[in-house]
Amino acid sequence: MTAVHDHDHDHGHDHDDWPYPHPRQPDLEDGPLTHHMAMAEAVAELLIDKEIISADEMHRMLEVIDSKSPAEGARMVARAWLDPDFKAKMMDDVNAAAKDLDIDAGGIPIRCVENTPGVHNVIVCTLCSCYPRLLIGLPPDWYKSRAYRSRVVREPRAVLTEFGTNISNDVEIRVHDSTADLRYMVLPERPAGTEGLNEESLRALVTRDSMIGVTHLKTD
Amino acid sequence: MTARFTVGDTVQVRAATPPGHVRTPYFIRGHAGTVTKVAGVFANPEELAYGRPGTPAQPLYWVQFAQKDLWADYQGSDKDTAVVDVFESWLEAAP
Repeated sequence: MTAVHDHDHDHGHDHDDWPYPHPRQPDLEDGPLTHHMAMAEAVAELLIDKEIISADEMHRMLEVIDSKSPAEGARMVARAWLDPDFKAKMMDDVNAAAKDLDIDAGGIPIRCVENTPGVHNVIVCTLCSCYPRLLIGLPPDWYKSRAYRSRVVREPRAVLTEFGTNISNDVEIRVHDSTADLRYMVLPERPAGTEGLNEESLRALVTRDSMIGVTHLKTD
Repeated sequence: MTARFTVGDTVQVRAATPPGHVRTPYFIRGHAGTVTKVAGVFANPEELAYGRPGTPAQPLYWVQFAQKDLWADYQGSDKDTAVVDVFESWLEAAP
């Protein structure tokens, strides 16, 4: 009898069994170490060993990325609704406009596409999962799924309906496939009935999904 | 590198299937679309992926396609479009 086996066996269970009627949450280590996981670990270790970057720099960057949230994109959207000059700058170069609000949107160029009564934009990266992380935070899991990536470009209306977004056939749905060096955000339409709201109240209306383009904004 | 195409040009995506780190999705290959923006010049990702310098740099375009041209059985409005970022090396003047 081993140390981990140090009790009487009158209850007839297999010792590794989980006594609950649901599966155990797997630990990270329970999956296989894939080729690319090993490669990523090795490259990170080499960059640090060779003093190309320090461990502190790498972890700081991860913290910066993790600290980003849709709230920063929402600040830009609310300002754009209120300030036509800011909006013009944002439509030209999101990163430059972000600086005006003391937001660091990173070095990868981000472009904005505007929803209007005649055009509804939605963003996807069919090839991988490009996303403006440094502006609106880490992407939701569904954005990275093969189902979203393959379907939203093939049957966007069906996908949007699943998000509760029904777009009239009079409106063009414009799917943007972020295949290259640019990242995209949607400038959603300002909801009706928000004319009296101040900037802070407007910000609170703006959701992550509206900046991906899978939803419309509502006031309630 | 000077951009060969300009906004409003009709362009055709090459119907090629080269190996490697290609950034042109299959669903637009061989299809014609319209340039809606000359979106900058970037190091060629098909070269960068193999540790090469990415030269010559490639103009990047927004090319807009009618969804009903891309998918024979497209379910939606005739107005619907897809806009894809395409590097110049993948584009030809439409015949």
